[in-house]
Amino acid sequence: MRTIYFIIWKEFKQIFRDKGMLPIIFVIPIIQLLILANAATFDIKNIKVMIIDKDNSSTSRLLIAKYDASNYFKLVGTTFSNEIADNYLADGKIDMFIEIPANFERDLVRQNMNKMMIVVNAVDGTKGNVGMNYSTSLMNDFNQEIRQKFSTINTTFISNTEEINIIQSNWYNPELNYKIFMVPGILVLLVAMIATFLTAMNIVKEKEIGTIEQINVTPILKYQFLAGKLIPFWLIGMFELAFGMIIASIIYGITFVGSIGLIFLFAAVFLIAVEGLGLFISTISDTQQQAMFIAWFLLVVFILLSGLFTAVENMPGWTQNLTYLNPIKYFIELIRMIMLKGSGFEDTKIHFAVMAFFAISINTIAIWRYKKTV
Amino acid sequence: MEAPNIVIKVENLTKKFGNFIAVNNISFEVYKGEIFGFLGANGAGKSTAMKMLCGLWLPTSGNAKIAGYDIYKETELIKKKIGYMSQKFSLYEDLTVAENIRFYAGIYGLSNQQIEAKTNELLSKLGIEELRNSLIKSLPLGWKQKLAFSVAIIHDPEIVFLDEPTGGVDPITRRQFWDLIYDASNRGVTVFVTTHYMDEAEYCDRISMMVAGKIEALDKPSILKQNYGVSTMDEVFLKLARG
Repeated sequence: MRTIYFIIWKEFKQIFRDKGMLPIIFVIPIIQLLILANAATFDIKNIKVMIIDKDNSSTSRLLIAKYDASNYFKLVGTTFSNEIADNYLADGKIDMFIEIPANFERDLVRQNMNKMMIVVNAVDGTKGNVGMNYSTSLMNDFNQEIRQKFSTINTTFISNTEEINIIQSNWYNPELNYKIFMVPGILVLLVAMIATFLTAMNIVKEKEIGTIEQINVTPILKYQFLAGKLIPFWLIGMFELAFGMIIASIIYGITFVGSIGLIFLFAAVFLIAVEGLGLFISTISDTQQQAMFIAWFLLVVFILLSGLFTAVENMPGWTQNLTYLNPIKYFIELIRMIMLKGSGFEDTKIHFAVMAFFAISINTIAIWRYKKTV
Repeated sequence: MEAPNIVIKVENLTKKFGNFIAVNNISFEVYKGEIFGFLGANGAGKSTAMKMLCGLWLPTSGNAKIAGYDIYKETELIKKKIGYMSQKFSLYEDLTVAENIRFYAGIYGLSNQQIEAKTNELLSKLGIEELRNSLIKSLPLGWKQKLAFSVAIIHDPEIVFLDEPTGGVDPITRRQFWDLIYDASNRGVTVFVTTHYMDEAEYCDRISMMVAGKIEALDKPSILKQNYGVSTMDEVFLKLARG
């Protein structure tokens, strides 16, 4: 125990003497939460739209006014010319245009139906899709309005358009606030990054400067050395999580429906797993550069397969299977379950079991690979 | 004269890296309290042999006993009895003098009182009380090496292994470094030192000369000079190294 104490004491001395470390511990979480949580938005606003109004009737102007009033669209202008709209779309000045054909209003009243064309720039598929969806719902509204209006003039006009009325109710995140969805995930990334990188780099640094050889000729036992190395970064990781949570609740007013204690309990196991990963990286690298590169490569894979930015359900089957090996995925799932739904231990015990399994197996491999005598 | 007390006994020790034989079937004994010089050109296999004796590397074949313990099975027991100072500088640059002493003394199991006493003793012996709270990186190389040696024997080991301890320092500092070695030797610590400075070879009680993985000669410096009919260790070295 005393030996471990001396190693931990030495690590903390070095960590707090390192001028680069305090910014890493305090500035990274703030920046990640402030900037990334806002940048990683799924909301699409300000879709630039142009309307080719060949009808120039009160009905067509009503539609233009609806687009103009919408938060999601930015009406760049109206025109009579398809050529102008085509050019604007090609130049990227608009994201979509809508063509209202000539005699739109007249035909609508006469034939009780009419057609319009919507052309969308689908280079950015998500934005195109969303633009289309918003337009569809805006058109539905428009449809209802004009049908009511015309039914008062023309009694043969079908005013009853009620088909299936869908009322949405979003559970757990009623306002569809994407930040509530993103911030917990970003917190997990933060903790994972700090713990993996710092552990890997720290041990490789001792290899690089040669002090590890001096350690290896002392009677320090393997487990003492590794415990002495893992405990300081485990504490820093837990601190980071708490620090990040405080920032998240102050800035974004995020509240925790479930038990914060349960999140920390899981983080405790999660940190052992990702530190084991860092330790493993350190056993296969000789320089800090190598360790950095390997750690970075693995983290990018873990982040993209975590379900933070893209839903795991949308991935092809074999990629979905890969996500089962990703510790970050389990923590993101769990923290969302606890924070938003208030899940308890019963609901998350599979996550705990899998993470405990990761922690034990990664560390076993890493400890086996770390050798005092070669 | 009573039979000398053997603290290092090496028999047919060999280390191969693939096809390359770094240490080729060497055997020798080192007696308690002596300064044993382990000489050879760069790449002759000195450091490899020393790393095996310290328990850092496993031999390919052969046997050795350090302070009575086997280098295969009892490496952790050996590590309590030895001190080691590597070619690469081994103190933490970002810790102070006192912190380095405290760390190494601590992991060797010294109590807080012992650590305090040892720190004071060491600093006053080296005459650097005022550098107690200086970071290691601010010290000149000569001081770092003297300090590294003092830290390597902080736990009063039976044997201390020094791997080219005086590389890159001036002759005066080297001389002062050897005063520290004599001092340790007088207290009964066996000193096992590799070097390629032939003037340092003269300071050793006995030396072994390694050429291409083998020990070509082993005796007192004066006897070696006599045997080869030359007046300095330099000439002995050149004769042996060139074959």
